Amino acid sequence: MDDIVRMEHVTFTYPATDVKESFNALNDLTLSIEKGSFVAVIGQNGSGKSTMAKLVNALLLPGEGTVWVNGYDTRDEAHLWDVRQSAGMVFQNPDNQIVSSIVEDDVAFGPENLGVEPAEIRRRVDEALEAVGMTAFRKNAPHLLSGGQKQRIAIAGAIAMRPQCIVFDEPTAMLDPKGRKEVMRIIRQLHAEGITCILITHFMEEAAQADRIVILNDGRIYMDGTPREIFTDRDSLMALGLDVPMAVDLSYQLHDLGVDLPAGIVEEEELIEALCPSK
Amino acid sequence: MIRDITLGQYYPGDSILHRLDPRIKILATLAYIILLFIVNEWIGFAACFVFLAVEVALSKVPLSYILRGLKVIFLVILFTFVLNLFMYDGEVLVRIWKLTITDQGLKRALFMAGRLILLIISSSILTFTTTPIQLTNGLERLMKPLSKIGVPSHEIAMMMSIALRFIPTLLDETDKIMKAQQARGADFESGNILHRAKQMIPILVPLFISAFRIAQDMALAMEARCYHGGQGRTSMTEMRFRRRDYITAVILLLFAAGIITLRVLI
Amino acid sequence: MSIEVRNITHIYNKGLPQESVALKDVSFTVEDGEFLGIIGHTGSGKSTLLQHLDGLLKPDEGQILIGDVDITAPKVSLLAVRRQIGLVFQYPEYQLFDETVAADVAFGPRNLGLGQEEIDERVRESLSMVGLDYEKIKDKSPFDFSGGQKRRIAMAGVLAMRPRVLILDEPTAGLDPRAHRDVLNMIRAYHKSQADSIIILVSHNMNDIAEYADRVLVMDKGQVRMHGTPKEVFARSAELREIGLDIPDLADLAEKLLARGLHVPKDAFTIPEMAQAIAMQLRGGKTDPAAEGGEDA
Repeated sequence: MDDIVRMEHVTFTYPATDVKESFNALNDLTLSIEKGSFVAVIGQNGSGKSTMAKLVNALLLPGEGTVWVNGYDTRDEAHLWDVRQSAGMVFQNPDNQIVSSIVEDDVAFGPENLGVEPAEIRRRVDEALEAVGMTAFRKNAPHLLSGGQKQRIAIAGAIAMRPQCIVFDEPTAMLDPKGRKEVMRIIRQLHAEGITCILITHFMEEAAQADRIVILNDGRIYMDGTPREIFTDRDSLMALGLDVPMAVDLSYQLHDLGVDLPAGIVEEEELIEALCPSK
Repeated sequence: MIRDITLGQYYPGDSILHRLDPRIKILATLAYIILLFIVNEWIGFAACFVFLAVEVALSKVPLSYILRGLKVIFLVILFTFVLNLFMYDGEVLVRIWKLTITDQGLKRALFMAGRLILLIISSSILTFTTTPIQLTNGLERLMKPLSKIGVPSHEIAMMMSIALRFIPTLLDETDKIMKAQQARGADFESGNILHRAKQMIPILVPLFISAFRIAQDMALAMEARCYHGGQGRTSMTEMRFRRRDYITAVILLLFAAGIITLRVLI
Repeated sequence: MSIEVRNITHIYNKGLPQESVALKDVSFTVEDGEFLGIIGHTGSGKSTLLQHLDGLLKPDEGQILIGDVDITAPKVSLLAVRRQIGLVFQYPEYQLFDETVAADVAFGPRNLGLGQEEIDERVRESLSMVGLDYEKIKDKSPFDFSGGQKRRIAMAGVLAMRPRVLILDEPTAGLDPRAHRDVLNMIRAYHKSQADSIIILVSHNMNDIAEYADRVLVMDKGQVRMHGTPKEVFARSAELREIGLDIPDLADLAEKLLARGLHVPKDAFTIPEMAQAIAMQLRGGKTDPAAEGGEDA
């Protein structure tokens, strides 16, 4: 199958400033993302996650190596707008990415920049708002909405550009649990509709919903696999200071206490089934 | 207090004024302000007042909301009023120490204060009924002829629109920072002016940093959504003069003709 | 020194069309040395409540007593309040302003009117409390640090005021898992280091609340919905879900295991505790005191 994003031996260096030495946010990173997949990227702060996200949208260009998005080299200026149209982006801070004081005008911002015909913009805006369940708020002022709602508007703004892939850069970090669930539901729905989703997050329960997890550390790939493969490797996660799902940690400690459990438990339901099988 | 600032904000609604073409609204507001300064008699003033009262009623924006916007600049109005009050010769009405209030002075003072109030209300009506994007698009179109002589009309319009968008965000931010510093024992209320000015640093520094952070985030978000200036940009809401806009233009012309006639006749 | 909140009500925009009741007849007591967790979804009145506890907002009705001082009284000295209470806002790193780390951390103590020597000592102590090396960073600009480190510096700025009551509004928001645990451990360490100090922690993370708090206050629509030990509060899972709140992962697990007949305690809020309890159950099959306690609830 096709890859929507392909990074080949990418190194990205932030230049030195008065107070900081230069440092490599990404070190010879090679990574491909399949069209239509849902990939979660986790890692500590400073592991290079955000830098990677910005490379996909050509907001940053690789120092060494190449980033291909939808077949375009992101350094090829002739296709800059094709790259950005192909890969939408949703940022962490819900307030600082909404351009307009009216919800629907904000959603229209991307298509307007692309020079889409007015009638077509209208159609896309209506569809995008419908997709995130915000149609009822289309005339509202964004600053009066909740964090979760603002993030849904930002997602609608990305959808309206008809991207093939959306990069979510910690979209739930500043939200409350309700807002987080709303946003995750929409990401899953977009994935089901065939949009490639790249989700950067600190929350393991969110990463668990992806079909592939990539863990970055020091700008390199530390682990790469299905959620099950990743989460059952308790020791590697702990070594990096990352959270381990409750069922995994509990199974491990039960095992230490001499309780015999099948290997590979990740979900709470699996643990319950192993401890007291339903009749 | 900070939340009282309604100036420049949009008030969502679907009134006839909300639906008018932004260009006609901008031109009408400009024309109205000019007329306010042409008027110099009670009768003309009354006409302006009635005209605006009808506008307010049509906009369906609650009067209390509009008046709240005036509260913030009440001092400016008062200052103008007092300044004018003592400035003119004429029949003396009241004498306080060396200052005299004359009939001419009183009239001028009332006129100036009245003008200011009507001016602010009429421009608020424009922003209350026009979304920043519409306002921006309208201004951009009106200024388009100027871009031929090198005026960056799109950029000016975009900057305005984003500034308006971030007023509430920055006000919230200010409120948060003030409270956070107060919680650390900062005292903004007592002391002399110098002391108070110094106490502003813990608010201003974080606020500037916040503003820069917002600007940076915004620039990234706009770039990510393919923003590259006005070139080749389209707009979701096409601007087309409709019947209601032509009718408005006619009413406005009649009103202006009336005011000017009054001025010439009296 | 205890805190007593008596029937406070707070109304925003009183008399205006957009009037809204943020707090309605809220009463509760926090005992000496208690670690209180406050939960509730956004808009439930948590933030308004915290600001009242620090005297930043005055209630429309009701009183708040800190020790025997009524901080809602008209003439009360707010500086005296601030000597007792420290409030760490959400994203406190955004309030940093001074040229050096040391100067920024000293801002609070200086406002309290302390002497230079005392201030220096407190700055040193509070920076080490948040795990930073005073000598290394004191003269650096606070803006040259990473997000997580800035948060620590900002927290040190409040700790340096040595509050008897430390209030924190979502101190772990946006941190990665390791920094998240570090911050919670710092809070616990502060609590232990100051005899009889009170901690009030607002969090959306039920696992943290269950693990750290002695008592939990549940806010909903500006009112106190529940107030009790984590065990008591999280046992009412149906009610909590109804108001849009989750329960801790382990409480959820205990509930499901109990439903299947495995007698595990409802208040084992850490994984080692839960593992012990389950192992005990499975091994003996006989009842043991801990499990029995769980079933009573």
